[in-house]
Amino acid sequence: MTGLAVNTKLLRKVLAGFIREEVGKVGLHKAVLGLSGGIDSALVAYLAAEALGPDNVHVCIMPYRTSSPSSEAHARLVVDALGIGCDVIEITSMVDAYFQLFPEADNMRRGNKMARERMTILYDQSAAMNALVLGTSNKTELLLGYGTLHGDMASALNPIGDIYKSQVWQLAEEMDVPRPIIEKKPSADLWAGQTDEQELGFTYREVDELLYHMVDLRMNRSELVLQGFAPEFIDLVYAKVQNSHFKRRLPVIAKVSNRTIDRDFRYSRDWGK
Amino acid sequence: MDCTVALAQIKPKLGCVADNLAIVEAAIDRGIQMKADLVVFPELALTGYFLKDLVPEVALSCHSPQIQQLQELSRHISIAVGFVEVSPDYLFFNSALYFEEGELRHLHRKVYLPTYGMFDEQRYLARGERFRAFDTRFGRVGLLICEDMWHLSASYILAMDGATTLICLSSSPGRGITTDDSLGSTSAWQRLTATTAMFLNCRVLYCNRVGYEDGVNFWGGSEAVAPSGEVTARGAEFEEDFVVTIMDQGALRRERIFSPMMRDESLAITGNELQRIARERESR
Repeated sequence: MTGLAVNTKLLRKVLAGFIREEVGKVGLHKAVLGLSGGIDSALVAYLAAEALGPDNVHVCIMPYRTSSPSSEAHARLVVDALGIGCDVIEITSMVDAYFQLFPEADNMRRGNKMARERMTILYDQSAAMNALVLGTSNKTELLLGYGTLHGDMASALNPIGDIYKSQVWQLAEEMDVPRPIIEKKPSADLWAGQTDEQELGFTYREVDELLYHMVDLRMNRSELVLQGFAPEFIDLVYAKVQNSHFKRRLPVIAKVSNRTIDRDFRYSRDWGK
Repeated sequence: MDCTVALAQIKPKLGCVADNLAIVEAAIDRGIQMKADLVVFPELALTGYFLKDLVPEVALSCHSPQIQQLQELSRHISIAVGFVEVSPDYLFFNSALYFEEGELRHLHRKVYLPTYGMFDEQRYLARGERFRAFDTRFGRVGLLICEDMWHLSASYILAMDGATTLICLSSSPGRGITTDDSLGSTSAWQRLTATTAMFLNCRVLYCNRVGYEDGVNFWGGSEAVAPSGEVTARGAEFEEDFVVTIMDQGALRRERIFSPMMRDESLAITGNELQRIARERESR
């Protein structure tokens, strides 16, 4: 874990500073986020409370009828520890109303719909509370495409999108995120007993090592093999990164004018701020 | 002469020239009140860094009222400041100005525009073509803008041109987190400023900005480095700061006696060898 180990105090400072400044630039002082009971959203809640003060952080717990009760219990540990505002908004009625029309829908469609239902709630709460939506996707998930486009991947600001899951764990320790949340197996909690690592077919620690060497250190395939990574593992992960790239980009625009948004019409988002 | 220097570690707003001018003028006032002789600002202090297509919108000519205003203020304090310059033939440069006693003493246009990794400067900006030292009331000075300093030749040329003080205006993005106490970019710069000062028996004044643009942090840590390579003052990391420190003339004199590398440096050998390399490359 040599390359993935980080100075968590420094990281904490940079990420809290990011939230404070980028929220302030928009002329707001509040943030809202969905709290799943998992470590990523818990960590973001801790960072946001540090950056903005607990009074300026609001979370939504949005269970579906199949969600594990322990998820909500874990989310509540964070709310109680930080003293932040919280609403529990069940998504069962909205999601079930839709799938009554499509009873044959598989788990993937249902999971994506739930993620997008939660997104619409967060953006509505954002407007209601004058609060920016914070994203909770980490670098591992973003690179693997292990998230729902326009669902949990949607946000205004993402403080943890450049840190791997292994680094999320380190920072969560530093910030005293409650132990049960750090220690439990990561899960999208779409059905009973689901875990990320089971579904992905490898552990976060394994894939973080590989991604760090592949993406951050830019090692090529033969260098990665020399590092001891199995060729099939390298190819599998490379394909996942490549095939999910569309999720990390804006929709493709057909170019016909001389200045096309994002191609030759280029401005920073913080333009004028 | 001894000189009191202020390093204005500011947080410019992206694309907001009027707001940034107000920030710069407030820092100039502060420098004057603190009896500083020279105030140094970061690269692109008047505009912010990730400008992209904003470059033509925020560019100023050296004769613009905004720049003239700064020149006027230099009657009270010498000023080194970064901005986007538009030339009469509509080229846009990442430039630094040095004003003193109400006059423009030097204009440096950034030569090395990084266009790799997170950087895209050469896409939007024209490249400067020279490194020249110039005289000030504190002795001979050379100006560098950020990436310029990563080219050994730039500081070397300025030192050979007689500069005993190198002023580097910077907008350095923080990146490279490890278990170290500082980001990789911070440690790299600290090695660079100290080593440059030591090699060339020069003082180095490094002014870096702070703040975030589109999630990128600028780490600050502005510093004054003595010709020995010793850091005599350093600004806070990640926060606005106003570092005021004295550049001791005696320290420069003593270092130049103690380590007379610049005295012994042979311009003739360097010049001959570089010309030979140029000839050989051409005939390849």
